[in-house]
Amino acid sequence: MSLSATVAATTHALTSTAPATTAAATETHGFLSPTGVEIAFLLVGLVTFGAAIVTVTTRQLVHAALWLVVTLGGLAVEYLLLTAEFIAWVQVLIYVGSVVVLLLFGLMLTKAPIGRSPDADSGNRWAALTVAVASAAALIWVVVDAFRTTWIELDGAAAGSTAVTGKALFQNWVLPFEALSVLLLAALVGAIVLSRKNPDTHEDPTAHESPASRRKPDSPAAPDSRLKPDSPLKPDSAAAPNPRKNPDAPRAAAPATGTRPSAEEGAR
Amino acid sequence: MHLAYPAVLSALLFCTGLYGVLARRNAILVLMSVELMLNAVNLNLVAFDVWLSRAARDTLHSGQALTLFTIAIAAAEIGIGLAIVLAVHRNRGTADIDRLRDTAEPHGPDDPDGPDEAPATADKKAEATA
Repeated sequence: MSLSATVAATTHALTSTAPATTAAATETHGFLSPTGVEIAFLLVGLVTFGAAIVTVTTRQLVHAALWLVVTLGGLAVEYLLLTAEFIAWVQVLIYVGSVVVLLLFGLMLTKAPIGRSPDADSGNRWAALTVAVASAAALIWVVVDAFRTTWIELDGAAAGSTAVTGKALFQNWVLPFEALSVLLLAALVGAIVLSRKNPDTHEDPTAHESPASRRKPDSPAAPDSRLKPDSPLKPDSAAAPNPRKNPDAPRAAAPATGTRPSAEEGAR
Repeated sequence: MHLAYPAVLSALLFCTGLYGVLARRNAILVLMSVELMLNAVNLNLVAFDVWLSRAARDTLHSGQALTLFTIAIAAAEIGIGLAIVLAVHRNRGTADIDRLRDTAEPHGPDDPDGPDEAPATADKKAEATA
């Protein structure tokens, strides 16, 4: 009798303290009564996250780049809501303005198919989805558990106005800033060197082809000899088609990129 | 504003980019997913900088400075990456990263990629000797 009374008293004490603590939590800053900035952040965040999902799942390559614009623009709005104005405009200028244009140029130059391409996703899509969902669950659990009661005070002067950011950048971060300019110069030169055509190998495919096919039977260590055992008997027939295939390969494979990997997948 | 809102959004965007990097096949789509991951990190940096500049009286503004550096490095990365993708497309005729398997382990004789990859390496050796 006395034991049950104690248990009842304990449960009563527990149920009475639990609402008290939640009431204390909501008194400071609760999740159930969000402020206007939080509601705006949540709505823009939903749009941003949805656009990111469409970016990584759509099968139309150009649409992926255009949904990336929505994602990056939504992130710029989030920076504005966090009162980081300078970062927001830098985001709009560099990401929306130049990176997406660069990606669209890349899609155009690699002859991406305009319509729906069935081979946009790899075969290990479900493994990738498992990894992504598991890491998202772990990260969100850790982050929510660690910063559940942390509150950002957004009132007062902006934390990231141009004056504040410029002062911090050129008082404390001058040396990394200058090193970064050197890195950008190196990246510029590297991109030009990488994308420049090599004039003696790519200007005239037929001029490159004839010495290769002429020299090929003379070379004793032909790599086809271990692939095809009868090639030492007839070196011309085995070695001649291979150098001729090399200049033809980009022209022949470019229209067939939409169909060939799906055929390979069917063969697997 | 609760710090949990931007932190959770940043984690979600990062994992979306992770899925894109792992599941996409076109190299340019992989670069887009890398941009998503970098932007998630930027959002995290900005949120924590705004919090610490008020809560801990941080006057360095290291989060925003690092965000600007990350944006610049991402621009450099996308330039170099697209140049590499264009060079691969010019030499191979494809931007499909599943078919660039020259450094992979050799498979068995019943592998469907075997006879497709062997002439490519032979072509490269012929080009090197010519």
